Amino acid sequence: MLKSKNAVPLHLTSTGDVLRIASMPHGTLRAQFVRLGIHEGEKVKCLERLPGGTVVIQKNRQQIAIGHQLAKQIMVIVIGDKEK
Amino acid sequence: MEENKSEHINHFEKHRHPELSFLEKDIGKPKLVLVGNPNVGKSLVFNELSGMNVEVSNYPGTTVEIIKGSYKNYDVYDTPGVYGVSSFNDEERVARDEILGADIILNIVDATHLERDLFLTQQLIDMGKKLVVLMNFMDDVKRHNIKIEIEKLSQFLGVDIFPIIAVKGEGFDKIAGAIERAREGIQREGMHGSLHSMLKMVGSQAEALLILEGDEFIAKRHGVHPGSSRDEIYIDRRNRINYIVNQVVIDDSPKKRISEMVGRWAIKPITGIPILAFALYISYLFVGKFVAQIVVNFTEIQIGKGHWEPWVREIITAIIPSSSWWNSLLVGDFGIITMTTTYLLFLLLPLVIAFYVALSLMEDSGYLPRLATMVDRTLSVLGLNGRAVIPLILGFGCVTSATITTRLLGTEREKTIATALLQFAIPCSAQLAVIAALLAGAGFLPMLVYALTIFGVLIAIGTILNKFLHGESAPLLLDLPPMRIPRIQNVARKTFYRTFQFMKEASGWFFVGALAVGIAQITGLLVYLQKLIIPLTTHWLQLPPEASTAFIMGVVRRDFGAAGLYHLSLSPMQITIALITITLFVPCIASLMVMMKERGLKEGFIIWIGTWVVAFFIGGVVSHIVI
Repeated sequence: MLKSKNAVPLHLTSTGDVLRIASMPHGTLRAQFVRLGIHEGEKVKCLERLPGGTVVIQKNRQQIAIGHQLAKQIMVIVIGDKEK
Repeated sequence: MEENKSEHINHFEKHRHPELSFLEKDIGKPKLVLVGNPNVGKSLVFNELSGMNVEVSNYPGTTVEIIKGSYKNYDVYDTPGVYGVSSFNDEERVARDEILGADIILNIVDATHLERDLFLTQQLIDMGKKLVVLMNFMDDVKRHNIKIEIEKLSQFLGVDIFPIIAVKGEGFDKIAGAIERAREGIQREGMHGSLHSMLKMVGSQAEALLILEGDEFIAKRHGVHPGSSRDEIYIDRRNRINYIVNQVVIDDSPKKRISEMVGRWAIKPITGIPILAFALYISYLFVGKFVAQIVVNFTEIQIGKGHWEPWVREIITAIIPSSSWWNSLLVGDFGIITMTTTYLLFLLLPLVIAFYVALSLMEDSGYLPRLATMVDRTLSVLGLNGRAVIPLILGFGCVTSATITTRLLGTEREKTIATALLQFAIPCSAQLAVIAALLAGAGFLPMLVYALTIFGVLIAIGTILNKFLHGESAPLLLDLPPMRIPRIQNVARKTFYRTFQFMKEASGWFFVGALAVGIAQITGLLVYLQKLIIPLTTHWLQLPPEASTAFIMGVVRRDFGAAGLYHLSLSPMQITIALITITLFVPCIASLMVMMKERGLKEGFIIWIGTWVVAFFIGGVVSHIVI
């Protein structure tokens, strides 16, 4: 339901973007994300987007580093870019 | 990747000897198991409960330690930090089994990360375990202006919650009473039906739940098929926890905190690289200057060569005459008792401890995961993810200990790549000191040639292996802990356990290696080998024939090889060629042995042969270019 044309892969977002998770890879990686509080529909912030596509997302106090290969598989919708 | 996984599963299960498992030991005493996410202060609580009387053992088939103590009439177990009960890696499998065997669970949560931590709590409750929650970091809660309605949270979960500040020992007086109040919490409804039918088949609610959540190991143990409702159950649990946290936590914390800013600087290359340079410089002052020069000079020269060796030589010679080859095998130049003991205890041990102290400080401050994040993209060129920065850094301390550390990498593929890089291109501290001294004398250009060659080989080997090895490397997925001032106790404990593990796993191989070399010397094989490579040394590398002795000695001890070059009269470029060859070629015999054990005979042998070929090939090519 959250899949929309606006969805972009996480590694293409920029530092400061506020994002909503649209889709995630399946399997154990997904389970690991859910345990950390990240799944479809959650609002997160792109805390840092490093050159090369490694992304650190933040939800509340939680910061999670995601390698560029994995970030490519996570689709997000940019819903704001407050902190630029 | 799937294949790797099942291989790994078999390896793990094969090494589980039920009769040795801690679950079956001491059947009489109730088991109190400490469970929590990483970095929540479990160890401090464990120390408080068990005091000094602690047993450390490796879980069969893994490097994961089981730490056992006793408290009142309980056996207390510390577990590795996990985000949930499942079987995604060795730590989780060990924690899972400890949890399954627990009578009472002491669940420690980080009050500032409740959304994350309560997922595990709810899962433990759903497993039907008796538990009580200790909520740590209550001082941070106050400082960050977070309000938590503990009473209400306790009602939601159906278990008691006790606030503590573990570093100050606050609330520890309540733990005794807390344990007595452990009970089953409020389980999630909605899955009763399927849980019930699974329960009938396996006889334990905890295991029934894990099977429904798709745990292959537990399913296999009971001969049933793993369930397929993990996503469903996880999302349901996640939503429940999010709801509860929304009801009980009011977070009014100010947006920017200094520690958080430093944390972000450490990740961004523009600020992160200077921070890395600073961290490395401080580590160099501590490890390279203080320990490697001052401490090791004292331990190796004064204690080792000054007291230990003459003393033990005298005793042995009194029993076995010095003319006997036994004598030279035991206390000769490469004697097992003399050289190996000095090397291991008085040279390597202080260095390894120093490296582990530096590593633990970087880890506990929250810097290391951020460094791993910063270098992740760069290391991916070599087929590694950011976590590989840990064994690579450690390699500059001791390649042998770093080879053991490659176990923390996610896939066999990454372990192979990291091991190869360590064996080929990373000079260990014993060697670095000699290399630095020789290069400093040789001048700037030779130094540049050396650095570029070694760096080039490192990149080339990683890139080639990444291209041709089958499979895929695991992507980085890392929970970044908050930046904190490291606790001395924690750093000391980690250093102790790691050093202990290194000594336990590697020290035997140093003796085996010394024995092999000793025999080679007595039988004349060593001289034969030296002669064998003389043509290669003189014609191809364009070095004096004596340099071949240095190369062969490098097999015995890496620093011996480099040190052997001191006495030769070499031109600056010849020094560079010799050092390039010695760095690339053969790691010390102990790291070779450990590599064979870790990576298997075949792979270990291929890498070993590879180091010979690459070292002499590259050395010769550079020689023909610069000389």
